[in-house]
Amino acid sequence: MLNGLQRLGATSLEVFARLGRGFLFLLRALAGMPALALRPGLVVQQLFSVGVLSLVIIVVSGLFVGMVLGLQGYTTLVNFGADQSLGVLVALSVVRELGPVVTALLFGGRAGSALAAEIGLMKSTDQLSGMEMMAVDPMRRVIAPRLLAGFLAMPLLAAIFSFLAIFGAYLVGVGLLGVDSGAFWGQMQDAVEFREDILNGVIKSLAFGFVASWIAVFEGYDAEPTSEGVSRATTRTVVNTSLAVLGLDFVLTALMFG
Amino acid sequence: MSAPTPTADDVLVEIRDLHFARGDKPIFAGVDLRIRRGEVTAIMGPSGTGKTTLLKLVGGQLQPDRGTVHVDGDNVHALGITGLYRLRRRMGMLFQSGALLTDLSVFDNVAFPLREHTDLPEPVLRDLVLLKLQAVGLRGARDLMPAELSGGMARRVALARAIALDPTMVMYDEPFTGQDPISMGVLVDLIRRLNDVLGLTSIIVSHDVAETARIADRIHVLSGGRIVESGTPEALYASESEWVRQFMHGLPDGPVPFHYPAKAGFAEDLLGAAGSGHA
Repeated sequence: MLNGLQRLGATSLEVFARLGRGFLFLLRALAGMPALALRPGLVVQQLFSVGVLSLVIIVVSGLFVGMVLGLQGYTTLVNFGADQSLGVLVALSVVRELGPVVTALLFGGRAGSALAAEIGLMKSTDQLSGMEMMAVDPMRRVIAPRLLAGFLAMPLLAAIFSFLAIFGAYLVGVGLLGVDSGAFWGQMQDAVEFREDILNGVIKSLAFGFVASWIAVFEGYDAEPTSEGVSRATTRTVVNTSLAVLGLDFVLTALMFG
Repeated sequence: MSAPTPTADDVLVEIRDLHFARGDKPIFAGVDLRIRRGEVTAIMGPSGTGKTTLLKLVGGQLQPDRGTVHVDGDNVHALGITGLYRLRRRMGMLFQSGALLTDLSVFDNVAFPLREHTDLPEPVLRDLVLLKLQAVGLRGARDLMPAELSGGMARRVALARAIALDPTMVMYDEPFTGQDPISMGVLVDLIRRLNDVLGLTSIIVSHDVAETARIADRIHVLSGGRIVESGTPEALYASESEWVRQFMHGLPDGPVPFHYPAKAGFAEDLLGAAGSGHA
């Protein structure tokens, strides 16, 4: 019993200590952001790394998620004679929820884990220490550009995901199942609001991008400088990003649509 | 053979009453050390005595529990981040692993500190980098990536990078570990030559006695959290301290015993009387 309490106390302390380190780390990284205005090339390089290199998984996933959504949506709607509303169903699901959330989960698995592993390995091979000894602040040179790139890349990736998901649903719904093309697009155009739906989706993406990138760069920087430590940091990045995104999604949805 | 006491102007690094612990484990318990300008100074001692930690304290990467470290008159741990970074521009450091940036070529690694701290036009920067690479004999390897270099080459590139900003001092962390005889000879010669030609002050942390003694002007031996003996290599080879003699000559037995202390005698252990649990 006492041992259990002791373990609980130790775990809680560790969690709070990590949260504290994470916030201090974030403040230092944010302090390094203004300097990036003079060196946009560093951010562009990272945008390529976390954004462009994530495109394949985003494109393929978006297309298939849309196709499945089209199929499932049609089989349910057709029972109520509402199969012509497939476009609305797909568009609202994707723009409000699936686009930002699934993109953030995929981002955590693809780009987040890569960021954590890269920074963790830089730490374990003394590259970060080496920069410090060359009077180059790793927070400004390594962390800040990656954090900003993740924040900027997420809404772009989510937009591509959403576009392809709707296109996938169109292929299945209109191309295979006989939904009228005019009804598909027309009803979607009537029902989807820019402020209520699209803008809220973009806000969600920005929030997820910020949290997912923060978790990834912090886990890498905070990793124990061993191969096992880097491996743990990578795993924690994916798990913590998924949990944070899902939890934050509920909070944001409640605030936006509740 | 005692050297004359150095004056304040002669001393580049001065460490006073340095205390440092990792958790409950004390690493330094009152280290006093003065490193003279223009010399190659070696800090030696067995593994785990905190030699690398001492370099990190000098470079301001770690904070001491007590005591001071002055470099070129600046109290390293009293400086703000700007002052510390300004001081570090005058320090070069060669890490044991080389610490080369793995996504940059040899050329770009050496150019890295120049690009970060200067606005030199690209043709001037190119010439400077080629000069540094020529000094370590690797001008021809400028387009290689770090993964394509041998351990010795990686350290030479790291050395070229460490001297890129023309520092006052260079710190070497175990520069000879794991090197083949040729690479070792090259590094030994380079460290001494660069020190003399560029007017540097070099601090070598190592436990490779023969190689270090070949080029060091002065050696400080660390043990038990303190400097136990200092002097020229010749003086330390002839030290009256049994411990220092064992270390300098690499004797297998002496004050540091060959056998790790056991709870029971050998015969007792063999007969199983000690009951170690692995009988």
